[in-house]
Amino acid sequence: MDSKFGKILLDNSDVIIQKWIDEIEMLNGFNYSDSVSDELLESTNREFVNIIFSSIKDEGDTKRLKEFSEKLINLGWKVSYITDGLQVFRRVSIDFILQQSDQIDTSYISDLLQSVDEWIEPLIRQLVNEFSGNWENILSLQRVALQELSAPLIPVMDNITVMPLVGTIDTERAKLIMENLLEGVMNHNSEVVLIDITGVPVVDTMVAHHIIQAAEAVRLVGSTCILVGIRPEIAQTIVNLGIDLSKFPTKSSLRKGFIKALELTDRKIISTEEKDTSIEQMIESLGRE
Amino acid sequence: MAPKFCVDIKQEWDIVKARQLGRDRAREIGFGTVDQARLATAISELARNIYLYADSGKICFEITDETDRKGICVISLDTGPGIQNISRVMEDGYSTSGGLGAGLPGVKRLVDQFDIQSEEEKGTEIRVIKWLR
Repeated sequence: MDSKFGKILLDNSDVIIQKWIDEIEMLNGFNYSDSVSDELLESTNREFVNIIFSSIKDEGDTKRLKEFSEKLINLGWKVSYITDGLQVFRRVSIDFILQQSDQIDTSYISDLLQSVDEWIEPLIRQLVNEFSGNWENILSLQRVALQELSAPLIPVMDNITVMPLVGTIDTERAKLIMENLLEGVMNHNSEVVLIDITGVPVVDTMVAHHIIQAAEAVRLVGSTCILVGIRPEIAQTIVNLGIDLSKFPTKSSLRKGFIKALELTDRKIISTEEKDTSIEQMIESLGRE
Repeated sequence: MAPKFCVDIKQEWDIVKARQLGRDRAREIGFGTVDQARLATAISELARNIYLYADSGKICFEITDETDRKGICVISLDTGPGIQNISRVMEDGYSTSGGLGAGLPGVKRLVDQFDIQSEEEKGTEIRVIKWLR
């Protein structure tokens, strides 16, 4: 039964291909005309329709299909190109076969729909799988990349470590911050750790809670945590929220925090040139703030 | 009726989406950075409450335009378990989840108007307004 319809399509492949290409070009005209050259669009359409026909001939070449989908993914085409294309093919071929048929009854139509589905469905399934597999791959790579960036620890000097935080802190990241902080304190033997929240857009009670917990944990292992990079608007919201951050030192900038950290580890910045004593005094006075 | 924007809160990242939208709205109307931060923090608290206690709900924004003043109204709606004792949760330091317990009283201090309605087993509606100064 299937081969009967398949034969009609194959015998008239030129007509159907032309119809399909006409329709698809009209459709793609709206979507791709800006970003893709006409030649590329045409050659891709040709390749696509050939793949559909080879699937009808029952020589479903998965390798060729894979190459085709990889090409589309690399070009950054939308998955709707594939779904639209196959949808149009379904419509065109059904229209064509119905026109060619003399007697049409319900079982004929249901057979026709079924066999067209049998050609189209595996193609949709595989192509969409390729696309979504690609997205999942990108997503997991980005998740790993994000996690690597989420709680970096920089040992700037003996006994002093800095953790710059940029971006939103969610529960998962808060855990990672705590773990990395404690691990870093142990591994680098830090006496002082500076947490820089300059790049954290919103400090709500959850973020504050996690920072307080992290600082408390750092205190328990015998080190000091200094919270730096508190912008004026963040300071105001913290006060409005009524969050008590008085258990550990806080500074407005990393620079001030670093000087405080040097103080806590009994060190200070000394200029090597004699004539720069004025700068030294300035830095010292800053440290006393 | 001013246009209304809503963000569904179902997972943790929706909180970020809600507060970014709120911050953008606030910036468009002309709020300063401090008030933008206050509003974003308030939205963050409200959205987090939905995420933590009600599983799902939404945060809506309305631009409130009156003759003599303009502001943003943030509405937090959920169909969660509701709050048993509202006066209790408005106390500083009360938390059922081991948090700081500064959430709702904090939100009240961050905004200009604060209304809360809650019915047990039905859900909670919190409506806050921040006026443009």
